[in-house]
Amino acid sequence: MLADHFDAVIPREVTKLLKPRWGHARDAEGIICCGPCTVTRNKNPLSSDALIPEILGGCPQATETFVRQETGWMLATCRRILRDEALAQDCVQNAFVNIFKNLSGFKGASKLKTWMYRIVVNQALMEMRRRRRLHEESLDGLMPEFHFDGCRVETLGTPIKNPEDMLDRKKMDALVLAAIDRLPDNYRIVLLLRDIQELTTAETAEILNLNEGNVKVTLHRARAALKKLLEDVL
Amino acid sequence: MTNTRSVKSRLQGIMFKLPFMITCREFEDFIHDYLEGELAPRQKSIFEMHMALCAECREYLRKYKESQALTKRTLEQAVTADVPDDLIRAILAAKAEDAEGQS
Repeated sequence: MLADHFDAVIPREVTKLLKPRWGHARDAEGIICCGPCTVTRNKNPLSSDALIPEILGGCPQATETFVRQETGWMLATCRRILRDEALAQDCVQNAFVNIFKNLSGFKGASKLKTWMYRIVVNQALMEMRRRRRLHEESLDGLMPEFHFDGCRVETLGTPIKNPEDMLDRKKMDALVLAAIDRLPDNYRIVLLLRDIQELTTAETAEILNLNEGNVKVTLHRARAALKKLLEDVL
Repeated sequence: MTNTRSVKSRLQGIMFKLPFMITCREFEDFIHDYLEGELAPRQKSIFEMHMALCAECREYLRKYKESQALTKRTLEQAVTADVPDDLIRAILAAKAEDAEGQS
């Protein structure tokens, strides 16, 4: 039956001679499917890894499934990094162009998602560098303070049970987002990947081409700076 | 800064230099690994002993964790999860165009 679909587009003689290509035909239920493509026939959704050979073969169904499966997290990542809807969408589109261009070179040395993360994050970083940052500042003034003998300088106060109760939601969001914006890009990106996207230290290091020790130090400094910036509402 | 220090803080400065003790500055260096659960049992108990004795470090760590949680909540809520169908179509159209260009 599958062979019939295949023959609808590519004659059998040709398919014998050529490396299989993906033909398109409608089956009895009217579903567009491709010759040996398993996408439409498989009851369980295929993982993106499993779709790679079919995407490389030019199967549009596999390509669409892959794009639908992966766009969500990629867009969320770009929205968090860029915080501009139009730029985030452009960034995802450009990332997909790069992914498709380089997919044949993906040998599985890292996980597919980590490889894709690297592409999308680099795309977002390029976009970010193009924009002039107005409020970014050095972290030096935001680091913890110590006395000469190594004792911490910290104001002891009464904890605020629920910081969001102090200010209304919009004001609190604006305050936190402004604080994040003040972090230098390299700190902000590590914080986003580790604390918000919940990637591991190893994955973050691989995506950003850093060593794990650097990721840990950068993350800690970013968290410490944010703590200082948000001190009044904690 | 040093003039306004309490006697308790000055005593802590001396106490934290004793064997099996760490200073607040050293405590700072262990925070990441402590929160990640990466400290060896002995390091963990030294870290926790410092925390039990030092109100400033306890307060610091509380605010550190709270700001982390607040940032996470805010960024998760600030970003919508919807994926516009126009975007999917644009990505697929670009891919199809590219494939046609190659063939």
